[in-house]
Amino acid sequence: MRGLTLGYGVSDRMVTVVSKTRSPKTAWSWFIHAMRNRSFAVGITVTALVVLMALVSIVWTPYDITKLTIPDRLQGPSLTHLFGTDHFGRDLFSMVMEGSRNSMSVALIAVGVGLFIGVPLGCLAAAKRGWLDDVLMRGADVIFAFPALLSAIMITAIFGPGAINAIIAIGIFNIPVFARVTRGAALAIWQREFILAARAAGKSASRITVEHILPNIANLLVVQATIQFSLGILAEAGLSYVGLGAQPPSTSWGRMLAEAQTMMGIAPQMALAPGIAIIATVLGLNLLGDGLRDITDPQTENLAAHG
Amino acid sequence: MNIKKTLAISASTIALAIVATSTSALAERTDLSVGMVLEPEHLDPTAGAAAAIDEVVYANVFEGLTRINEDGSVAPALAESWEISDDGKVYTFKLRSGAKFHDGTDLDAGDVVFSLDRARSGDSTNAQKALFAAIESVEAVDPTTVTVTLSEAAGSFLYNMGWGDAVIVAPESADTNKEKPIGTGPFKFDRWSRGVSVDLVKSDDYWGDAPALEKVSFRFIADPAAATAALQAGDVQAFPNFPAPEAIAAFEADPRFAVEIGSTEGETILSTNNAKPPFDNVLVRRAIAHAIDRQAIIDGAMFGLGTPIGTHFAPHNAAYVDLTGQSAFDPEKARGLLAEAGFADGFSATIKLPPPSYARRGGEIVAAQLREVGIDLEIIPVEWAQWLEQVFRNKDYDLTIVSHTEPNDIGIYARDDYYFQYDNVVLEAVIEKLDRTADPDDRTALFAEAQQIVADDAVNGFLFQLAKSGVWDAKLEGLWENSPVQANDMTKVRWTE
Amino acid sequence: MAAFILRRFLMLIATLFVASLIVFAVLEIVPGDPARLMLGLNASEDAIEALRNEMGLNQPIIPRYVSWVGGLLIGDFGTSYTYRVAVSELVTERIVVSLPLAILALALSTSIALPVALLAARHRGTSADTAIMTATQVGVAIPNFWFALLLVYLFAVTLQWVPAVGFPGWGDDPAGSLTALILPAIALALPQAAILSRVTRSALLEALSQDYIRTARAKGVAEGDVLWKHALRNALIPVLTILGLQFAFLLAGTIIIENVFTLPGLGRLIFQAITQRDLIVVQSVVMLLVVTVISINFLVDIAYAWADPRLRGQR
Repeated sequence: MRGLTLGYGVSDRMVTVVSKTRSPKTAWSWFIHAMRNRSFAVGITVTALVVLMALVSIVWTPYDITKLTIPDRLQGPSLTHLFGTDHFGRDLFSMVMEGSRNSMSVALIAVGVGLFIGVPLGCLAAAKRGWLDDVLMRGADVIFAFPALLSAIMITAIFGPGAINAIIAIGIFNIPVFARVTRGAALAIWQREFILAARAAGKSASRITVEHILPNIANLLVVQATIQFSLGILAEAGLSYVGLGAQPPSTSWGRMLAEAQTMMGIAPQMALAPGIAIIATVLGLNLLGDGLRDITDPQTENLAAHG
Repeated sequence: MNIKKTLAISASTIALAIVATSTSALAERTDLSVGMVLEPEHLDPTAGAAAAIDEVVYANVFEGLTRINEDGSVAPALAESWEISDDGKVYTFKLRSGAKFHDGTDLDAGDVVFSLDRARSGDSTNAQKALFAAIESVEAVDPTTVTVTLSEAAGSFLYNMGWGDAVIVAPESADTNKEKPIGTGPFKFDRWSRGVSVDLVKSDDYWGDAPALEKVSFRFIADPAAATAALQAGDVQAFPNFPAPEAIAAFEADPRFAVEIGSTEGETILSTNNAKPPFDNVLVRRAIAHAIDRQAIIDGAMFGLGTPIGTHFAPHNAAYVDLTGQSAFDPEKARGLLAEAGFADGFSATIKLPPPSYARRGGEIVAAQLREVGIDLEIIPVEWAQWLEQVFRNKDYDLTIVSHTEPNDIGIYARDDYYFQYDNVVLEAVIEKLDRTADPDDRTALFAEAQQIVADDAVNGFLFQLAKSGVWDAKLEGLWENSPVQANDMTKVRWTE
Repeated sequence: MAAFILRRFLMLIATLFVASLIVFAVLEIVPGDPARLMLGLNASEDAIEALRNEMGLNQPIIPRYVSWVGGLLIGDFGTSYTYRVAVSELVTERIVVSLPLAILALALSTSIALPVALLAARHRGTSADTAIMTATQVGVAIPNFWFALLLVYLFAVTLQWVPAVGFPGWGDDPAGSLTALILPAIALALPQAAILSRVTRSALLEALSQDYIRTARAKGVAEGDVLWKHALRNALIPVLTILGLQFAFLLAGTIIIENVFTLPGLGRLIFQAITQRDLIVVQSVVMLLVVTVISINFLVDIAYAWADPRLRGQR
């Protein structure tokens, strides 16, 4: 349950329980089963809608947000502009769509950075133990000791604002999260009997990791990735809010909020549209994560059922 | 302050609040909190370029020989009168008797000699040493008389002596003015809570008319949204340079507030690197000039506040020539000019934008407008530190947007090595002649000539004159509507009712 | 136990050393010359060079690092480039804002989260539990600065109950200062309370599933007493851990909230210092925060080991 997480400081969401291996089922029947879990059902639906919106925005938005039509500025919601327009006369609905793509891709790539660096490091630490484990985990401690959002602001202020640097700044703090989760879960698997058997059969540590450890901790990593994804969205919003994330003519939800804040009195729709988009997305992802955890981890399911 | 709110919220302060209410009920209110966007780094106007320094201390704490009035005219200050020799080279100033520094010492001619010599010395850190360049010598004739001898007649000398950089300081306190400014003005420095405010209190031994206010607090609120909220909540009662033009309409509609839209000396321009291809091509620069829709920028970035300009000159100045028609918005013509310059398919470039909203928002609009004619701009937001380093010093930029707030500063186009990298001997000759000319009509003609040259060459994109939007409590009077110099002159400010 | 503490302590020193290297190195590569920024547009090269010398910017990197760390150890944080006063003075001025704000926010979030979690755990599985958990899900998802904007608009601008921005100072106006911290504390506390109540609830539920609770119930102890006297005590360790980390976060992570409310706290000091290239301030304050976080982690570890001797053997 310990985990410093970007933007939100502390989360209850660092996964610590080791999941059980699932009996093989087809993906579809698993999905049908999963949809019985209310958190999962709501979470996956909201997330799918946001992802769909982001994908559609690549090829189509109702209006081109790189074109400014100043005379149409600050209109309230209407049939022509579903969410109204901003101070440059841009359609807010189109901007929320465009913003969803940027906010989500920053968060998603930052999760990818954490996964692709953190997971191998965690596996390595668990497989080798000893001084390497010590060094890696102490390294994680050092990163955790830095106030995350502050450090991200420092990084982007130094290397220049922009989506790429936002990804790096958020991604760095995902690495130790995944490294720790992976190590903890992998260590537990290493103690299991089937691993002992594999070792006795002469399999190398790397082969055991790939063939046995990773498949067994995959569920856990998916859950953690969902959580880091939602935290990444909040972190991106924070960075863009202070002007260090997405840059015009592109936009993101945080950037929209930054532009909206001086217009609260005259155009509240500018703050409400991206704000609600952020809340809905983060909520959706958190529910999805909770649902996945419930489904893949009988212990918590048990807790939830019996109290 | 905030008596009503304190009462409503906190029972524990009722006693305090009652005391406050009873005193303020008897007499008119004499305290004022003034909002400012930037906090000064120190408070010595003779050792820093930051406008924020003058906005706190000019005319309030420090005074010069002359001062600049709200209408831009020069008036006597510490010098109550002066005589100018026939050749225009020798100025004899008669000093105010009874003027005292806040540490109790009298102002005398020695202080004036010290201040001017210090400002123009070799190791001076004065940010505007050019103001003193014409001075050949400064001498004290007697304790209240000073003569200043110029190397050649300078038409703007009296005006120059009214700048904040030319205020009179005492030798004893000159080195500590950064932290604890000691001047001769109607207010003396009380204290500085860094990051929050600078407080001034009335000085009891001021030589002139005593100000109505007892206490003035300059509070630093950089965030436009916070500035809006601070005014609406009454945390500050005046914001002479209000940073959120989008909120002006709401304040205008609110009877509790007075809104004054004045003008500043800030020519807001799309500064262009004239040495860097393709911007070294005048056709490209003219194309950019025609691609820009000034009114859209003023409406979109400044919510309608601002006056379009067609050259580097303030429209409220008598010598201004309206050249906006010469670079009227005409995308077709812009495309034609680009094609003529060999860029029929357009080109890509960067635009570096410093933090103020006129630059960040204005830059977004400029980028969208230039995209329409085929010029694709990458927007690079920069902090002031980076702007100074990259753009101003290293000239490592294509385009940028900045407001040049010094008065009558068209002379910068003649400077070698200025960051525009513009080089035109004809203009340099005009400016040189201007510096040597004192006759007002001749100066006007020369100013017109200079304006025409920079407009013809489309040296920069000329966007608009920055408006000064002041918002304050409707019960306040005496605040400046215009900013001929960077100042928040509190000497005439009072609460009515 | 002593050996465990010593080992932890050595680790703490090593971590601090590495962190100090990182902080120093990162800020070495910041573009922008503070001397030039201080002197403005028209400064001469000589004046800038003189100022660089005066500020020690022309020294080689290693002596600069050593003198910085050496200074930190004896409480000398150096002199701010922009304000020309001791960094320790600036930090002291700011910490009297940030520390009370963090404490207030923490107290607020705890006093919301604990009753809520107890209520949810007491009525687990009911619609009340579901409603509370849904509310906390939403709470976790709200960006605190967005929430702060709404609070300012409602309570400061529209209702005018509290000041929108600023901080009068404890010396001048203690009540006003406290009032000025109310909205920022609420904005910070609610999302934290949502997290804390979720942690507490699951810790309570875990404790409730233990054998001794069943024993207590079997003995006929009332359900409320079971929760209060037994489960809560056992759930305290994870809750305290989260609290410790939240405190460190609140002290450091208020940067955006402090900007929204123009509070002169530590976060805003760093933010301003970054934009003004006042590197010495950035270095020192970031290091101070890192020391705080590491120390809190150290104390939490010690507390864990004290509570559960089995942990002492672990790394």
